[in-house]
Amino acid sequence: MLPPLETLKSELEARVPGLTLTVEGTTLVIPREKLLDVCRWLKDAEPLACDYLADLTAVDYPPDPAGGAGRLDVVYHLYSMSKKHGPVTLKVPLPRANPVVASVTPIWRGAEFQEREAYDLFGVRFEGHPDLRRILLWDEFEGHPMRKDYVVEDQNVLG
Amino acid sequence: MSIDQGLESELQKQGIYVTTWDRLVNWGRSNSIWPLQFGLACCAIEMIATAASRYDIARFGSEIFRASPRQADLMIVAGTVTKKMAPQVVRLYNQMAEPKYVISMGACATSGGPFHKGYNVLKGIDHYIPVDVYIPGCPPTPQALLEGLMKLQERIKARGFGAAMAEKQGEYPVPAYGPSGLVPRFNPAVWQPPSNETLNWTATVLPQPSTPAPPAPSSA
Repeated sequence: MLPPLETLKSELEARVPGLTLTVEGTTLVIPREKLLDVCRWLKDAEPLACDYLADLTAVDYPPDPAGGAGRLDVVYHLYSMSKKHGPVTLKVPLPRANPVVASVTPIWRGAEFQEREAYDLFGVRFEGHPDLRRILLWDEFEGHPMRKDYVVEDQNVLG
Repeated sequence: MSIDQGLESELQKQGIYVTTWDRLVNWGRSNSIWPLQFGLACCAIEMIATAASRYDIARFGSEIFRASPRQADLMIVAGTVTKKMAPQVVRLYNQMAEPKYVISMGACATSGGPFHKGYNVLKGIDHYIPVDVYIPGCPPTPQALLEGLMKLQERIKARGFGAAMAEKQGEYPVPAYGPSGLVPRFNPAVWQPPSNETLNWTATVLPQPSTPAPPAPSSA
């Protein structure tokens, strides 16, 4: 059984020095500097043992006309195969102009292709990734099409 | 060359069958169309069902799905053609034996279907290669695919072998990967964008709302 989110939050804040979390719905919002520490603890701590990264993706919130800067969230869903519980949902908000976050591939090997997909479609750069290049689109492609400000070409016009 | 229909039927009653060389050849050709064995998405599942025993495409002589384009003369584009896949589809078409035919199966292969506004899907395989029969549906049922095959047989029978050979020749340029899609975006020799009149068909087809009559002046 997973502990309640508030318990998890206070536990994490006690274990990782200098960490302040916010709870957003059913997710934990983590500052990007602390992501690796939090992930390591979630994987290694005995009662949690989140040994399985089920999903890694990103969400683009474009700047709103009212003047909000917008943000790019990287989302993680963690499960535990040994304890049979989950998901623990994590979000890391990043600035849209320069979305850089640490790679979790050293922790969960399965993150490699999912981080390449998030890089391909959203332009998130994962520091420490062993082989960060496009996975679905071809290498000559420019831009990141799942971003809200991407403009699709007009296929009715030549060249 | 054609023969008088009444004379032909009269001769048949006497046990004499008359035909033309073209009709004989086309009868054979249209009943042994060999499709290329490849599928791109869920339409391929329906194509497999069509080939299996329940719907049995063998009744139409097309049960021999060839795994090599060199041995096939029908390409059933069964499914979503992504921009990443389109050059390979055109290349396979170029490698097929002539005269060759194309069936565009389902909404995706015909127009992009539900992915029409997306960034990654080709808005119809007819942008790069000539299509003979379009089959609507998402996905089309096996019956619809068989109907499309019968339409193709009609097309083959309607034209002489020599004319078909002359028309179904040649290779089509393979598009390249570009910075935002394929280059060129379509082949003007086989496809042209619809004119504005076609796009605004509602203006000409649908009845326009009539302007309401001005209210009668009150007799107060």
